[in-house]
Amino acid sequence: MSKEKKTTFIIGLVLVGFVLLFVLAGFIHTPYNPNTMAASLKFAKPSLSHPFGCDNMGRDVLSRVMKGASTTFIIGMSTVLIGLVIGTIIGSITGYFGGIVDEILMRLNDTLASFPSILMALVFVALFGTGKYKIIIALGVIFIPSFARIARSEYIVQKNLDYVSNARLIGASNFRNIFVHILPNTRKIMLSSFTIGFNNAVLAEAGMSYMALGVQPPTASLGRMLAESQVYLFRAPWMALAPGLTIVITVLGVSLIGNSLK
Amino acid sequence: MKFYVKKICTLFLTLFLVMFLAFTAFRIIPGNSAQIALGLDASDEDVAALMHERGLDKPFLESFVSYVGGLLHGDAGISMHYDKPVMEVIKGRLPVTLLTAFLAIFLIIIMAFPIGILTSAIKHPAGETVFTLFNQSFMAVPSFFMGIIITLIFGLILKFFSPGGYIPYNEDLRGCMKYLFWPALAIALPKTAMLVRLIRTGIQKELTKDYVRTAKSKGNNMFRILVLHVMKNAMIPVITFFGMMIAEVLAGSIVVEKVFSLPGLGTLLVSEIGARDYPVVQAIMLYIAFTVIIINFIVDLTYKRFDKRVNV
Repeated sequence: MSKEKKTTFIIGLVLVGFVLLFVLAGFIHTPYNPNTMAASLKFAKPSLSHPFGCDNMGRDVLSRVMKGASTTFIIGMSTVLIGLVIGTIIGSITGYFGGIVDEILMRLNDTLASFPSILMALVFVALFGTGKYKIIIALGVIFIPSFARIARSEYIVQKNLDYVSNARLIGASNFRNIFVHILPNTRKIMLSSFTIGFNNAVLAEAGMSYMALGVQPPTASLGRMLAESQVYLFRAPWMALAPGLTIVITVLGVSLIGNSLK
Repeated sequence: MKFYVKKICTLFLTLFLVMFLAFTAFRIIPGNSAQIALGLDASDEDVAALMHERGLDKPFLESFVSYVGGLLHGDAGISMHYDKPVMEVIKGRLPVTLLTAFLAIFLIIIMAFPIGILTSAIKHPAGETVFTLFNQSFMAVPSFFMGIIITLIFGLILKFFSPGGYIPYNEDLRGCMKYLFWPALAIALPKTAMLVRLIRTGIQKELTKDYVRTAKSKGNNMFRILVLHVMKNAMIPVITFFGMMIAEVLAGSIVVEKVFSLPGLGTLLVSEIGARDYPVVQAIMLYIAFTVIIINFIVDLTYKRFDKRVNV
């Protein structure tokens, strides 16, 4: 790794670590109950007892951001895992064997890949409704093609390399070749596409919640907090800045890490 | 010639496939849109009558054929929510979204190229790190949050525009464009960062090649080399990116329209998903899908012009 890549990698790690700490702490304990309202604390400015201030109902913004960030993290992680696992399986098999099935799947893939993920997710929502698990499944399915494509192109390169033909000569089955011999060698490229996928999932989820088509209350969500904050933007900018910057820091951190892995 | 024929065939096949998928998807979903349009306490006869009127009770293939036939005549059915032809509902919204998208693309181009070319001169490792940090930060901002920041800084604090004060394009086009500049900027900034990086790495890669050294030794100045030789080759990935980006810009405008309360396709799409007005949702989806497919088609053709070796 070159020196400047190392620097950005460390910065990314620190940013992600910071957000992750927030998320993990949010699972166990939040400073205040994120849903408790207090009339006296309406639009309270950021202070020592409420570092990110309070919102229009007097709820502590920090506690809400912690809960919202954990929702975002869970959705991002689960969707990317769905996409990664299924996408890699499809991509590895079609890339390894090739043929007509491969050709058809990839044409279909190209078409799907040319649509923005948020639009596809909206189609899903229009068809099946909103909710946390539906969003996870919708986004997960949407990310399968991109992972399949990357895995496939990697397998096409790898399958012609000497170590694979050697393994075949020794008598390794196709299954063994695909999952035991080639798979570990794709980890670098799959890891970097994992980071890109994660960011896309986070951005898509935030955008959908912002449009009130993502996770539904009472589940806290950064996108929804942003939507609620907009009316009071001038009066209480911290209501928008806290969840918004949390998204930015998460995405920035992950993309800095992914960028250095390339 | 064969290349173009093949491309055009694929184009029509894809368009057909998208239409078929969209139609099937909205046909098989649970939840009867006629029931929703009439309310839950509507009698079964009324629902059946409305379904019959809108052709929802016809067999699948028959209704698909008549739907496609309608589309060719510019008829996308009747909105359940507004009780008007879908095209009429969409018509007034379309220019808002298109204007915003065009403005955004224009902004991306005029910002990304100069910045990309200028920053390609950065070679110092520390400069590289700063560039990466700055660039990635812009990319990490979702366009709707960028819109909120722009509203806060330029709308509420500096008072360059009044948030929510959209002026209809048919009343005052100039005033409308002035307002649309801000949502377009919100969409453009993150995408500009992506394009800058692409242009920059493209140029830096090309500059190390032999033909640049040859051109230099022949006495060409750097500017001439950049414009005449390097840019042409560095453009290839940029054009591919453009096809993808236009789709992203359209998608971005769906979300950003809400930030600036623009009466565009995006706000319509979101409200009609909520109202389960499937004919409208289907029409908007198809509209965006068709735009994306046709632009990608044009991009593929341009690609061929720039690099004759390409066999897409």
